[in-house]
Amino acid sequence: MPHRTFFWFILPSALAMLLFIAFPLVSVILQSLHVEHEQILVTSENCGPFGCKQSTSVDVEATALLKDAAPLGRFNGLGTYFDRGHLATAEISAAWSGTDSWGGFFSKVMNLPFYKALAFTLAYTVVVTPLVILLGLAVALGVNGLPKLLKGPTIFISLLPMIVTPLIGSLILYWMIDADGILGKGLQYIFDDPALSLKASPLLTWLTLFTYGVWHGIPFAFVVFYAGLQTVPEETLEAAMVDGASRWERIRYVVIPYMGPLFVFVALIQLMDNFRVFEPIIGFSAQANASSLSTEIYGDLLGDNAQYASAAATSTLTVIGVAILLTPVLIRTWRDFNRKVV
Amino acid sequence: MNMLRKAALGTAFAVLSGTTAIAGCGIGAGNVSIIANDFPAIHAITDAAKACEGDGLTITANMTKEHQTLNAPGMSGTPAEYSVAVVANSSIVALLNDGLVRPLDDLIAKYAPDLPNVNKVSVDGKVMAVAFMANAQHLFYRSDVLEKAGVAVPTTYEEVVAAAEAIRAAGIMEYPVALNTGAGWNLAEEFINMYMGTGGELFETGSAVPTIENENGVAALNMLKRLTEYSNPDFLTFDSNATQALWEAGDTALSVMWGSRGAAVLDNEGSSDEIVSTTVLAAAPTLGGGSTPATTLWWDGFTIASNISDEDAAASFQAMMVGISDEVVKANQDAAVWLSPVYEATPASAGVIASAQGGANPYPMLPYVGLMHSALGDNLAEFLQGSESAEQALADVVAAYTTSAKEQGFLQ
Repeated sequence: MPHRTFFWFILPSALAMLLFIAFPLVSVILQSLHVEHEQILVTSENCGPFGCKQSTSVDVEATALLKDAAPLGRFNGLGTYFDRGHLATAEISAAWSGTDSWGGFFSKVMNLPFYKALAFTLAYTVVVTPLVILLGLAVALGVNGLPKLLKGPTIFISLLPMIVTPLIGSLILYWMIDADGILGKGLQYIFDDPALSLKASPLLTWLTLFTYGVWHGIPFAFVVFYAGLQTVPEETLEAAMVDGASRWERIRYVVIPYMGPLFVFVALIQLMDNFRVFEPIIGFSAQANASSLSTEIYGDLLGDNAQYASAAATSTLTVIGVAILLTPVLIRTWRDFNRKVV
Repeated sequence: MNMLRKAALGTAFAVLSGTTAIAGCGIGAGNVSIIANDFPAIHAITDAAKACEGDGLTITANMTKEHQTLNAPGMSGTPAEYSVAVVANSSIVALLNDGLVRPLDDLIAKYAPDLPNVNKVSVDGKVMAVAFMANAQHLFYRSDVLEKAGVAVPTTYEEVVAAAEAIRAAGIMEYPVALNTGAGWNLAEEFINMYMGTGGELFETGSAVPTIENENGVAALNMLKRLTEYSNPDFLTFDSNATQALWEAGDTALSVMWGSRGAAVLDNEGSSDEIVSTTVLAAAPTLGGGSTPATTLWWDGFTIASNISDEDAAASFQAMMVGISDEVVKANQDAAVWLSPVYEATPASAGVIASAQGGANPYPMLPYVGLMHSALGDNLAEFLQGSESAEQALADVVAAYTTSAKEQGFLQ
């Protein structure tokens, strides 16, 4: 393709990528390097329906002058990244020198918001991703073996967890596991413990969230694998059968190697999705026991004082985290690609 | 100061001469665009305002639970998308900090010269909002359950704990207490309520330096913990909807809930006659021998945007004054604790009024209080779960608050 043609061919998508991917990312990074201006405070008598009081407020005019002089705010370099709300380098080194056991150090680190969120986020990603792939494959194999008449309805029902909006799905499950809900009551009956509550302890809350994540993730893996199963060549399978391979051996030595790229694809998407876990924590009102990088960002922007710098820094760290997680998968794909070229 | 407050309340709930409603509207031309929270009292106001439409006057209202995140961006442009924002003590701060709302003194002088002082929210002598209703968290109790357990109506939190123990010991309920202790905003509000009851101050006067790491903070946390020991183990998920549902199901007998939930609890829907007829709303209890009810008083009011034409501002102000006029209050007595001379107290408002008369403090209208509220919401759950000491929890709150206050420019 001549360079000129290639340029015009790629221009629309390059523009779209610049506009929708590169610019927002640059803007977020820029924002994370700046913090708000110094707020000029004044004391005055403020009154309301419940009386008057000497109180503090922002001197709007004086602060506006500062803002006009430098609209981006004060340059803070990487200060926000290393503060207590994020990487907390000072707190970590204080904990390192101030404790003499691993347990003490660990509990101090887990008391810092970013690491607490990172711990849950990683645990969620590590537990949910492989389970989704395994169970998704199992469902796909199961459905593939069904008689034709049953396939359609079964596929539709299997897709439901993905069709339901994540927030609604988690709310429905949240009500079902309530002590008065069908699942909550059922578990109390099974374990013969009337005080059993899935919402009360960190461990049970984490397990509930993992279960939700698997439930919500399976349909996606299932659809991809089911589509992949349709393309597995019949001849190879029949040849394996003639050689006396059992059903399990056919799956292990024919189906799985054949669908290798699909596993990589599902793993990539699931790793990215699970690292950004958000809705179930809100839907299950689990903020007391679990926080993720996304809920940290949400918390910064919520409330009466939105903290854009802090939210931007956590966003950038999330992007870096996703990049680190995906590196092994991407390296593998790159190697496969090169091998094929040769 | 106490005198002032009592005088103000006296004015609020009893003796005022009327605000004159503007007959037939007669507002003139202009664009009015309202952003507000979504609950019945505000619907009543915007519906009344909308009835004035016509003759070049257009009125639109966006009523949403997300109003707090929308109002500041929507009022930043020129001209602002919203000419009116309905706010509370906490949410007005974001608009004040950025100078997005205008002083109302001229408009009041021209269109509502009789507006009572109780409705004026002023900063340094300039009226920035017109308050129209009050709210507070306070005690709800079941008179029949207390009678059965043989305890008197509690007026202090120590008595609430004793009553809860008596109810549990009598085998009536295992978890008789519920507060809005859901981690996040709700839990932070419970702490601030309790801390106010101890007479503590959140900040040094005139600065953003936090002062909660003290005996009062520990006492407030310990009382919250003692109360949650009588709450269902799910207490860290409780918001207003959850505590109301527990109440209406008859699972609790001593709850601290918002006054604005009173009407819904006392209506004939969602509960049995036995529960509704024995539900009593009372002042918020006091704490540790103090005399101040451990709660914070809230107001809802309207503000007018800075970045709109004077014509639109005048139209917006007049339309909102129609919205909170005597006729609207009279037709919606149950919907809120109105700050209006024609408001007649109902059983649903008894708790708010009793708490206010008991001298409860208003929720502080400070530029940085939202940061403290967020820091509290994120760091108190572990103490209530027993995995952290009260001192450590307060130290975490102060560390988290200090980090964010520095980045927001409130602390150096």
